[in-house]
Amino acid sequence: MPKRSDIQSVLVIGSGPIVIGQAAEFDYSGTQACRVLKAEGLRVILVNSNPATIMTDPEIADATYVEPITPEFVEKIIAKERPDALLPTLGGQTALNTAISMHENGVLEKYGVELIGANVEAINKGEDRDLFKGVVAAVKEKIGYGESARSVICHTMDDVIAGVDTLGGYPVVVRPSFTMGGAGSGFAHDEEELRRIAGQGLTLSPTTEVLLEESILGWKEYELELMRDKNDNVVVVCSIENFDPMGVHTGDSITVAPAMTLTDREYQRLRDVGIAIIREVGVDTGGCNIQFAIDPTDGRVIVIEMNPRVSRSSALASKATGFPIAKIAAKLAVGYTLDEIPNDITEKTPASFEPTLDYVVVKAPRFAFEKFPSADATLTTTMKSVGEAMAIGRNFTEALQKALRSLEKKGSQFAFTGPVGDKAELLAEAVRPTDGRINTVMQAIRAGATQEEVFDATKIDPWFVDQLFLIKEIADELASAERLDADLIAEAKRHGFSDAQIGEIRGLREDVVREVRHALGIRPVYKTVDTCAAEFAAKTPYFYSSYDEESEVATRTKPAVIILGSGPNRIGQGIEFDYSCVHASFALSDAGFETVMVNCNPETVSTDYDTSDRLYFEPLTLEDVLEIVHAESLAGPIAGVIVQLGGQTPLGLSQALKDNGVPVVGTSPEAIHAAEDRGAFGRVLAEAGLPAPKHGTATTFAEAKAIADEIGYPVLVRPSYVLGGRGMEIVYDETRLASYISESTEISPTRPVLVDRFLDDAIEIDVDALYDGHELYLGGVMEHIEEAGIHSGDSACALPPITLGGFDIKRLRASTEGIAKGVGVLGLINIQFALSGDILYVLEANPRASRTVPFTSKATAVPLAKAAARISLGATIAELREEGLLPKTGDGGTLPLDAPISVKEAVMPWSRFRDIHGRGVDTVLGPEMRSTGEVMGIDSVFGTAYAKSQAGAYGPLPTKGRAFISVANRDKRSMIFPARELVAHGFELMATSGTAEVLKRNGINAIVVRKQSEGPGPNGEKTIVQHIHDGEVDLIVNTPYGTGGRLDGYDIRTAAVSRSVPCLTTVQALAAAVQGIDALNHGDVGVRSLQEHAEHLTAARD
Amino acid sequence: MTLSTRGAQTPAVLVLEDGRAFRGRAYGAVGETFGEAVFSTGMTGYQETLTDPSYHRQVVVMTAPHVGNTGVNDEDPESGRIWVSGYVVRDPARKPSNWRSQRSLDEELAAQGVVGISGVDTRALTRHLRERGAMRVGIFSGEAIPDEGTLLAKVRQAPEMTGADLSAEVATKEAYVVPAIGTKKFTVAAIDLGIKGMTPHRMAERGIEVHVLPATATLEEVYAVRPDGVFFSNGPGDPSTADHPVALMRGVLERSTPLFGICFGNQILGRALGFGTYKLKYGHRGINQPVQDRTTGKVEVTAHNHGFAVDAPLDKVSDTEFGRAEVSHVCLNDQVVEGLQLLDRPAFSVQYHPEAAAGPHDAAYLFDRFVSLMEGQRA
Repeated sequence: MPKRSDIQSVLVIGSGPIVIGQAAEFDYSGTQACRVLKAEGLRVILVNSNPATIMTDPEIADATYVEPITPEFVEKIIAKERPDALLPTLGGQTALNTAISMHENGVLEKYGVELIGANVEAINKGEDRDLFKGVVAAVKEKIGYGESARSVICHTMDDVIAGVDTLGGYPVVVRPSFTMGGAGSGFAHDEEELRRIAGQGLTLSPTTEVLLEESILGWKEYELELMRDKNDNVVVVCSIENFDPMGVHTGDSITVAPAMTLTDREYQRLRDVGIAIIREVGVDTGGCNIQFAIDPTDGRVIVIEMNPRVSRSSALASKATGFPIAKIAAKLAVGYTLDEIPNDITEKTPASFEPTLDYVVVKAPRFAFEKFPSADATLTTTMKSVGEAMAIGRNFTEALQKALRSLEKKGSQFAFTGPVGDKAELLAEAVRPTDGRINTVMQAIRAGATQEEVFDATKIDPWFVDQLFLIKEIADELASAERLDADLIAEAKRHGFSDAQIGEIRGLREDVVREVRHALGIRPVYKTVDTCAAEFAAKTPYFYSSYDEESEVATRTKPAVIILGSGPNRIGQGIEFDYSCVHASFALSDAGFETVMVNCNPETVSTDYDTSDRLYFEPLTLEDVLEIVHAESLAGPIAGVIVQLGGQTPLGLSQALKDNGVPVVGTSPEAIHAAEDRGAFGRVLAEAGLPAPKHGTATTFAEAKAIADEIGYPVLVRPSYVLGGRGMEIVYDETRLASYISESTEISPTRPVLVDRFLDDAIEIDVDALYDGHELYLGGVMEHIEEAGIHSGDSACALPPITLGGFDIKRLRASTEGIAKGVGVLGLINIQFALSGDILYVLEANPRASRTVPFTSKATAVPLAKAAARISLGATIAELREEGLLPKTGDGGTLPLDAPISVKEAVMPWSRFRDIHGRGVDTVLGPEMRSTGEVMGIDSVFGTAYAKSQAGAYGPLPTKGRAFISVANRDKRSMIFPARELVAHGFELMATSGTAEVLKRNGINAIVVRKQSEGPGPNGEKTIVQHIHDGEVDLIVNTPYGTGGRLDGYDIRTAAVSRSVPCLTTVQALAAAVQGIDALNHGDVGVRSLQEHAEHLTAARD
Repeated sequence: MTLSTRGAQTPAVLVLEDGRAFRGRAYGAVGETFGEAVFSTGMTGYQETLTDPSYHRQVVVMTAPHVGNTGVNDEDPESGRIWVSGYVVRDPARKPSNWRSQRSLDEELAAQGVVGISGVDTRALTRHLRERGAMRVGIFSGEAIPDEGTLLAKVRQAPEMTGADLSAEVATKEAYVVPAIGTKKFTVAAIDLGIKGMTPHRMAERGIEVHVLPATATLEEVYAVRPDGVFFSNGPGDPSTADHPVALMRGVLERSTPLFGICFGNQILGRALGFGTYKLKYGHRGINQPVQDRTTGKVEVTAHNHGFAVDAPLDKVSDTEFGRAEVSHVCLNDQVVEGLQLLDRPAFSVQYHPEAAAGPHDAAYLFDRFVSLMEGQRA
């Protein structure tokens, strides 16, 4: 039966900003779904507050609402668009929760919107732990297998404490209901831990409910991805086995597909249970994933949980198998059955089958603990990783080593040189799961641990442990062999050793190893991911490398452009760069090139086999890229390799690629150096006559002190060659400068520390521009809300700039052009400026696509990344204007006065991290970037746009209630006007004594509350932290001086995070928030699609 | 090169009858072996595959790279021995890991004298077989392997699968009984043409006492057990040679005894009804095949192991000597006939494996259907 004829329009809800546990995978799924629905002739209405997504590109849906994903805003969209149906299963927990609350508050019924993809009952059965236990029990009744861990549901702390006894004592697992990525869950080994974890869990759960459960720590962990259609056909798309046993969130585990250590009988039992569960829950059209634990000693199977929606695991499973779960889920939702949907890869066989793999897939998580030094780095059932890399090999060892080098992190690859550690110490360390435990295990093996000892310490399955021993044995052979012969190199390559690893073991340079290898004729072949283990011919060139015999890369005639992606998501390099790569692929395909994508991030749109003509799922190291270039040069002509769009990862390969004869297009490696190297860039600025803040470089405290004394405090200090402001700090005095230098481990004569004058109170400005060698196209000018000194990635900003005049734009344009020309840019450049005392300082320039390209593109309705890709391949700005890719006249610096205002706000991951005492980490913004994602608010005036950005990022701004204000001395003046405004809007103010005094003198009344350090008063007066915990504060304004747990502000800010109270940490944010509150209090806030905004803007431009 | 750490690395070579050769390392027994090269795409269930009598005289190429990870136990085999004539894998496990594992697969293959090869590009070999079709192959291992020309000549002397009558070689010589589990409800005579152990077990689970009879059983011997139903099993070889089982089945059909056939049994039903059989280019061997039950429209994911198929019209009901017949099941990948049923007599069969082992249990309902036929006959 074909698709339903009663649905003409569908509302798709996206997942909002990238946060830990809900990341780019939902852009991949959502984009697939929107495209499918559109191709089916349906009107697709999309809401997603995240501008850095492909799905919010205006051509993906018919009406794209970059609006907050809250029931209020979604209702406005429904009222305006009147969709027939709502598809809530592709936008993660955010979409599912929003849909459920709109069902509960009657909005869906009021507007006659049908929920498709999953019904409310099924969602509740899958997500509510008590109901799900009932599902599992019903399944056991029917088929005789599957059970839940013994558990009790608790709604109060008393329930929790009593529950432990019924489970047979500690340790117990705490799992809050209805939270995403396992937020708030953990293991409690004693009552103190239990009170902390369960207390937080009760708060986090929207239903104030936690589940307490028997410990199955150390058991084997598996996951199945299933799909079901309306005719009750069910397929298992993929099985995934966790390398790390139970106890580590699956998002933080190294995972392997297919399952490696199950017999058919055991696997079929999981399959039977999985199918019975999807039927019992009642997911009728779509996918779900189910997690299992298996007791390694007797095979007892426990069903852990299920997600009745597309998930991170389903994205991974789609990439791992070539079976596009989200795409098929969307088709099922509109009425198709699995047997009616063709398998894209074979084109001839239907989707009603189960993929079979003739390769091994390994996913490894990428963490960012270095950004949160006070956070406890132990891995638990709460997900903490910020990204992941996936690798494919013909065996486990090959895939594992490729995955580890894909992480692109110092120390992520196995090291076989250097001192051998102490076996007992290493084994003891390996007991605790952490980022890089697998490397600790390898060191323990080097130190003489036996397979049994490794298993006892880690509970990692003995088969996996043996594979680690195999890798170690090959390393030993490499070390001890008299010479590096063909057999030995081939064997090492078959087990995933990189040229760099072989070189390190043999004491050779990487390029020497490569030369020897090439001379011996040893090169990888490229195999196809085809869903069927070669049973049928594959039509989709989705490749991975392996050191095997036969390559499957077909020849081609069109010139190819190879686009290097950005690798695993990490703080500072996320989905925004994938966005630019995908755009390049689309634009270059339109321009007649064959596009070839290289990336290793399974969460992204770029690694969808539909995005480019060819996809290489490969690590982004020099060796891997050179081999792909070689393979493609045998296949046909290569027009060029693009390194500019994937962030620092490909940019860092630029020079080496060129040195190896690879045609790098766009900005040359030399030009990249001119922008990145301090000295060279200084000369560019001098020539263009542009000022930069005074600065110097130092390798010792004495040198740093001398520089600081000369240019004056505060100074901005940072190690050279870092990303995302890593280790960057504003230092206000000599004492802190001394401790900074002594604490910093990365400072050496070759890696000096940079000391810059810090421009206090400066306005920071970001510019994205295109340059073709002759003409400049100013893409957009963003004015930061927070002052200079807060990393641009963490700062909110407005476009067009809200306080800059025509003269400022003129200066910015001239400076940008001077730098673009001086550096030699061909494509995109991003420059950060600071306006201080009417001097426009240049802070830094990045000759590549920046994090803000998608935001700028959406705010101005101009596809900058597409234009940049074309410029790289020789098009001029004039030609692109002529073609219509860029506006005929004007640019992002000449936006009409009635252009909409867009506000970008960063989203921070504070609630994910705890220190070793279980306390929250500090939330103060600084020069080191720590946000994981962003949202955009767009409206005709700044206040409303800002309010929308806050609603999208953190939840709506309060429009009344109690505001607590406590600011640093330097902020006290600028606080007075916004504080008065809050009172005018009916807020009751609370303040600590110092701030209250200043307010009082200015005629503003504030209730004085006790500081946390003062403790409760003699009559039990609460401290501010107690007030916050008791839910008596609706808005918090707390600006810090320096950072650190010793300060009172720390407790206030962490309390704000745990109670989800909006917390503003700069006075600029306060001023903006007041404008936002003002907008909310003045009449109705409307919604408008990007297409409508663009139409309006284009009309105004003509 | 040192050989110590990665175990013995006795060289081996695989030679196809069209001359393509793959070099690798010896796996299992060292020596030489011949057979028909076929590939199996299942990712689990190597023990079941190795011991399935239908693989007699076949050299099985595993597309899953890692084989042997869960070792060998005494519960999972489908018969008393390994039947494949040779085994081709890419990455054999060095250390088995499973709570039921009793020994390693390498040891088991060697103990049963099965010659295998490891370390070859199994995907390249699979693609070759897909494009050129199943063909004869030889595996040779040992320190002194003759040149490839000599080996190729040997491969080309080996017997072909087309025209091979192999059931008698694998079937039981003596009748035996698999008792019903729980209350006995029915008696079934099962003709062993290479039966897998799970098949009588699936029947026994449903209260059937199964009398497994040799392939050479006569009609009298079948009816001597007073069967409520007769079952024809899977098995190796070319169905066009199976004249005795075809004649036997016709006798059963004439008496309208409920009849169920699996795999080879399906081909025999096809022949008994007057349809032809033919050899597929490279067969169906895997546990992920989508089959549609045309009576319900539902799709089941099924286990397959067949190189031959029945040639029956998909688009109409056929008139046969035993009344109207139709194709009940079809493989959605390639529209191959996967099941037959008579509309006027209680008989049906499927080309695939509802008993699974290895594979999904989606088609287990067919055993219930057999029970219904027997119940219907009684009523």
